[in-house]
Amino acid sequence: MPELSLTVNEHRYEVEAPIEMSLAHVLREVVGLTGTKIACNEGHCGACTVQVDGMPTLSCITLAHTVSGEITTIEGLRDHPLIDAFVRADAVQCGFCTPGQVVSAAALVAANPSPTIDDIRHTMAGNICRCGTYPRIEEAILHWRD
Amino acid sequence: MARLIRTEKEVEGRFEEVWLVVEEDPLTQWPDGPLSVVGRDALRQDALERVRGEARFTADIQLPGMLHTAVLRSPHAHARVKKIDLAPALALPGVHAALAPGDAKGLEGEPGYCGAAVAAVAADTFGQARRAVAAIAVEWEVLEAVLDPHEAVRREQFTMPSSTYERGDFAKALESADVVIESTYRTSVVLHNSMETHQSVCEWVGDTLNVYISTQYIWGVRSAVAAELGIPGDKVRVVCEYMGGGFGSKNDPGEYTFVAAELAKRTGRPVRCALTRREENTAAGNRNLTIQKLTVGARSDGTIIALGGEFINGVGWSGWSAMTDGPMQMLYACDNVRTVRHGAKINMPPMKAFRAPGFVEGTFGLECLIDELAVKLELDPLELRRKNYANANDDTPYSSKNLMECYDLARKHWDRRDEVRARSTGTWKHGVGMASQIWFGGGGPPSYAWTRVSSDGRVTVVTAMQDIGTGTRTAMAQIAAEELGVSLDRVTVVLGDSARGPYATLSAGSSTTPSVGPAVRAAAADAKRQIIEIAAQRYDVEEHVLDIKDDVLTSADGNVSTTLEQLLEILENSQILGKGGRGPNPAGMSVLTFGVQVVEVAVDVETGEVRVERVAAAHDVGRIINSLGARSQVEGGIIQGIGHTLFEQRLHDPETGRILTTSLDAYRMPTIADIPEIVCEFVDKPDAHLTNLGSKGLGEPPIVPLAAAVANAIRDATGADVHELPITREEMLRALEAAKKKERRGAPAAV
Repeated sequence: MPELSLTVNEHRYEVEAPIEMSLAHVLREVVGLTGTKIACNEGHCGACTVQVDGMPTLSCITLAHTVSGEITTIEGLRDHPLIDAFVRADAVQCGFCTPGQVVSAAALVAANPSPTIDDIRHTMAGNICRCGTYPRIEEAILHWRD
Repeated sequence: MARLIRTEKEVEGRFEEVWLVVEEDPLTQWPDGPLSVVGRDALRQDALERVRGEARFTADIQLPGMLHTAVLRSPHAHARVKKIDLAPALALPGVHAALAPGDAKGLEGEPGYCGAAVAAVAADTFGQARRAVAAIAVEWEVLEAVLDPHEAVRREQFTMPSSTYERGDFAKALESADVVIESTYRTSVVLHNSMETHQSVCEWVGDTLNVYISTQYIWGVRSAVAAELGIPGDKVRVVCEYMGGGFGSKNDPGEYTFVAAELAKRTGRPVRCALTRREENTAAGNRNLTIQKLTVGARSDGTIIALGGEFINGVGWSGWSAMTDGPMQMLYACDNVRTVRHGAKINMPPMKAFRAPGFVEGTFGLECLIDELAVKLELDPLELRRKNYANANDDTPYSSKNLMECYDLARKHWDRRDEVRARSTGTWKHGVGMASQIWFGGGGPPSYAWTRVSSDGRVTVVTAMQDIGTGTRTAMAQIAAEELGVSLDRVTVVLGDSARGPYATLSAGSSTTPSVGPAVRAAAADAKRQIIEIAAQRYDVEEHVLDIKDDVLTSADGNVSTTLEQLLEILENSQILGKGGRGPNPAGMSVLTFGVQVVEVAVDVETGEVRVERVAAAHDVGRIINSLGARSQVEGGIIQGIGHTLFEQRLHDPETGRILTTSLDAYRMPTIADIPEIVCEFVDKPDAHLTNLGSKGLGEPPIVPLAAAVANAIRDATGADVHELPITREEMLRALEAAKKKERRGAPAAV
């Protein structure tokens, strides 16, 4: 099986993965980081969002062998102030989409520490939450530094 | 003492007479209003692990040697497997076993819809399993398919007998009415689309089957799997600690569990069977389409004297015909009501319960009809509803009903009408609409809970329920903390494992909190009683002078004051154990939830674009346990309702019955960009007749009135009568065109 070298949350991983394997599957099944979720597996819902060099990336439609940048997953953001902001705002119901929401939001506030509601709605519209926690996600991101 | 009673049990609007063993419920209710912990905002106890991605869902279960399953699904809406050859699949690399029709429950030799499961393969990887499924050779005999629900009704092809209801004399009352309105309403098929798809991981350990499953009912899975496999229930352990959404679609094991269990048996390996998103949108259930031909007759003063409806549920190949006629029978005081409901059996994927099944659809029709009546009679829609207020459910008294209080709470939002309409500029018209909500949600027995109090004064609640994302885990912790007089952070709830806790009910029908909550309170009270007995002996005082509050045990005269740790340190590693059960529902009473929503919309009369700008909700669900979690539930229901109302629609090819909207690209759900301002209020009055809590469920009520309130706001803004969900631009423009043709006295003339 082809060898693959990945930098995930500042750790270097030397693994083997088939050439057709998506980054999401490599992270979850080979590296063992299951915080990244797969909900649609075709890039429509945002649950699988990770950052590659800080850019939100849909890992379920990204081939692992094409990634050379530094990957950040939810496991690398566990001490990010957004985590506490999401908890305080009750911005989670079933929680299956939530890691992806946090990863997207973290990229947003890194680029724009004081996002407006419009900024949030524009940036976060690719992350579907079927439970409908959107008003609380908005609140969590607006007050992420409080 | 345990009692045996004969009672009517309700789940999702379905009733059956059953024998039940119930516990006594001797605790008196707490006083009204917010208490120390109950009735206040509480952060979710499991929020951190869910947000940090540490919560282990069924989708995250990876067992050593685990195989993956792919399922062969029918390409025809109705067909028979004449011949099937699994050999080419079994010959492929990585493949361990394959199942033919009949090898596991749910694999059909005569599939009745496009996408029905037929065969399955287990392989080392999902990709290998998929390739193997594609290699299975099937010879099909294509059979006649009925896709049109009207055609099914004409042929009397039903999934269950049609239901007729009549009180009074509808036909005679209609003749004496001053005004009569007849309208036909249609609602489309919508899909649950839980973020975690339907899935199981099955593993045999000795003669015990471990089932890890994304489910709303671990005990239902346990009994159904045990019955199917012919093994005792205690040889099936069902685990669901974290669950990625269900909305009604995950109440039973599904074919994926039977397939995984059989493949695990044949291979001696753990087996995962998980639906892909496209399978999810084909075969995992849906809210069925409805066609509702409705009639209302009223006196000119607005008294409703006749209500009639013919309802067709396009159920699919199997499934039940939900109570689309329920709101018409139950929402208003009307002496003469006649309804007929058919459940059309068609060659389409089967329905599954979806958040207040039947009532979401039926409320859309009825509450639009009532609004059309208000326009015709030139009456205020809120006053018309108050005038026809029901004071009993047919002849049965309510255990509690505070809909009038909901109307009072809604008044200030309703009074914004002039201000909102005045915002209309150019082609954008603004308006306000309302709709009422009625639904079940009282829960019922049985459910049980245990409590453990340790020497450090910490409390563990054990109950084999599941938290499907609604926050019930937190609500249970609040109830235990309140009863025991301890702070919330001392309470941990252990749930989601049928082998490690007592029976608890399903998480559906808004029943979890009203069913399990009283059992948790009883279990906490049992432990508290024991703590006080111990303290009375240790400090040589009467039990009745002792109480626990804020983690401290005190006597009424102040002579005893000790922390729980100080009192209980003698326990060392032992514990105080409490147990509690859910008492009966009040006999001879209807336990129902109520509410009203007021919606503000903007409509572009040129393009047909509709925007929901503000939703104000007032609901009556008895005592609120977690005010923060309750608001989240209401918001979530409203947002899902906006999807149903404005854009969600499963489409199929009318020739073949093939589902076209299988991806989340094609099936459009609300995003963060679609949400309105949401204002949420509760009556928050305990139901004095219902259990030791007086709480009802809240999962479903908020989605019930939303669609009708939106349609009524559109009428207020434009004068157009919307009759179909979703209100696409096409439907909106059709309604505007029809309104143009219809000269209507008194209606706002926007177009």
